[in-house]
Amino acid sequence: MYEIVHKETLSHNVKLIEVSAPAVVKKTKPGQFVIIRIHEKGERFPITIADSNPVKGTLTLIYAEVGKSSSLLGKMKVGESILNLAGPLGNPTKIKNYGKILCVGGGVMVGALLLQLRALKNAGNEIITIVGARNKDHLILVDEIKKVSNKTYLATDDGSEGYLGIDFLSDILKENKFDHVFTIGPTSMQKIVSEMTNNYHIPTTVNLFPIMVDGTGMCGACRVTIGNTTRFACVHGPDFDGHQVDFDELISRMRFYNPNEKIAMVLYDGR
Amino acid sequence: MVAKKSQIEMPRQDPSSRIKNFDEVATGYSTEMALEEASRCLNCPKPQCVKGCPVEVPIPEFIKLVKEGNYLEAAKKIKEKNALPAICGRVCPQEDQCQKNCILGIRGDPIAIGRLERFASDYERKYSTIQNQEIPHTGGKAAVVGTGPAGLTVAADLAKLGHKVTIFESLHIAGGVLMYGIPEFRLPKAIVQNEVEYIKSLGVEIRLDSTVGMLATIQEIFNEGYDSIFIGSGAGLPNFLLIPGENLKGVYSANEFLIRTNLMKAYKFPEYDTPIRVGKKVGVIGAGNVAMDSARCALRLGAERSYIIYRRSRDEMPARIEEVENAEEEGIHFEFLTNPIRFIGNSRGYLEKVECIHMKLSEPDSSGRRHPEPISRSEFMIELDTAIIAIGQSPNPIIQQTTEGLEATRHGTIVVNENTMETKIPGVFAGGDVVSGAATVISAMGAGRIAAKSMHQYILSKIGSSQ
Repeated sequence: MYEIVHKETLSHNVKLIEVSAPAVVKKTKPGQFVIIRIHEKGERFPITIADSNPVKGTLTLIYAEVGKSSSLLGKMKVGESILNLAGPLGNPTKIKNYGKILCVGGGVMVGALLLQLRALKNAGNEIITIVGARNKDHLILVDEIKKVSNKTYLATDDGSEGYLGIDFLSDILKENKFDHVFTIGPTSMQKIVSEMTNNYHIPTTVNLFPIMVDGTGMCGACRVTIGNTTRFACVHGPDFDGHQVDFDELISRMRFYNPNEKIAMVLYDGR
Repeated sequence: MVAKKSQIEMPRQDPSSRIKNFDEVATGYSTEMALEEASRCLNCPKPQCVKGCPVEVPIPEFIKLVKEGNYLEAAKKIKEKNALPAICGRVCPQEDQCQKNCILGIRGDPIAIGRLERFASDYERKYSTIQNQEIPHTGGKAAVVGTGPAGLTVAADLAKLGHKVTIFESLHIAGGVLMYGIPEFRLPKAIVQNEVEYIKSLGVEIRLDSTVGMLATIQEIFNEGYDSIFIGSGAGLPNFLLIPGENLKGVYSANEFLIRTNLMKAYKFPEYDTPIRVGKKVGVIGAGNVAMDSARCALRLGAERSYIIYRRSRDEMPARIEEVENAEEEGIHFEFLTNPIRFIGNSRGYLEKVECIHMKLSEPDSSGRRHPEPISRSEFMIELDTAIIAIGQSPNPIIQQTTEGLEATRHGTIVVNENTMETKIPGVFAGGDVVSGAATVISAMGAGRIAAKSMHQYILSKIGSSQ
């Protein structure tokens, strides 16, 4: 059992929780994820680790309440416990001094981005960061991101804060010479970023988030096409070369259970 | 007394009703049936059956106890050598092992050893309760990776010898393939959990949610004070055909299909949260036990037509005969000498059909094996909404990648000394599918038995030298 020791709301359906998992904390590195299961009849689902606190022995997880499982997690209170939490899983992001780097994070994954940024900063990188969200209210952790970035841009899908959309990225790529790009967040955003950086031949690391069940290489649900080969995001990734990823296939596969998730949601809260 | 020639049949659910539920297909012997079947045993002075058993169950002795009506004693007798009898009685390929050697088999049916093993252990589960056992400690500490059949056997053996054993399990429940792979209708999960409880009663600690290699490496486990480690992490990674269209929506690995169905109980969605999508026409590629399980699960999940698509012929099918018969009774269609060459989807990325080619078997090669070869211009289509790839698994790479000095083959299996099951790292042993590649429950248990013996010696000499 893994106790929730802290909880806050970052925006209306985006929650941050700190979960007691000292053994996992000891091994956690940026880019990794955990698989959790909330109750006896619950599903296993992955959440990317947003932070870890070795002193408190806690993991920070940030998630949006979009389906039944994330909504159930959203309802849990401080003092309640998650039934199962396995991790850290996946390979950590490769941290080194790349030189000048661009980091593009979006949605709830901005938390995981922050963990990457801190490590990349410590490794001596010059960092320009773009933080994106659906709208102004969904932008999270902006102050924290600014602290570890040399320069920070904000962007929203509706233009309610910062730039409108991601098109301005091409200007940034034109004006700067980046040695490496990292992107983490919605798959459609990672796809666009990878396409744009490909034009400038800048090596780009993406962090993929396909459907997973066990998270340890057993089920193959998370398979993605990288170049001409099939790889499993859980044991071969989740970081991959963004220019090799078949994003359309990934986005299509991620929708496979949408009808079932809708049924679960309707039965859960009538939505 | 002259022995009857035929085995007593075990009652089974009628095919037409059982394809609508996940309840156990075979319902087991009654006491009368067990007595009658046991009475056929000749109690040979030199029993051959035991030689066919990888864990050396004292077969004539336990059957004699059944004959005498001492069912609890019979179960205890089996457990001297086999910690998982209710499981083995259900899933062992007895026809290729103990029963193959039975002298009665020459002129009639061999004794139904598996059914009697199942009867005795089911009787014990019904009429006695598990009690914690006090075993004097040696002071030795062993760690086991994985709660599948190999790991549970090692844990039980070492615990009985007085060592403190901790098992590390990656998933949220113990049992490994017995929980995630083999379906409820063949091996009820409550029975697996009961066997796990028995192993806990020997003093074994099980740590769930613990992926060795990630949460703790082999070296870190040694640092925690364990004297010896057994790796039984199984055959994790599903193999794919590597043909076009394999990542279309509707194409599953058998592992994913069975994990969702068995471990996560997707057949009870939405009561359980894990979903599964099964179309009207389901094709399973492969013909082993995993393929039979997948095809039969698909029927129970609502498929109207469920195919086994296999590139060789009926005679080469690796599945247990009993499971093939069950599948046929349930109306599974078999497409033999048929090999898929590409999956074809619609514009929205959903599987619609598979293009296959007819195969023929070559003349036997020097090893006597007949290889399947495509017959040119024999391509044809099978319409499918769901395809399940059941062509085997490769070992899970996590431990091999995170353990320095652990030698692996190019297939990813761990290299061991077959006499001791010791790996290239002193004190680290391995067995089961992670060494052999995907095989059977009982062969994993046999490997675990050998490893436990070696680990016992290793631990004793280690403790002895440090005192």
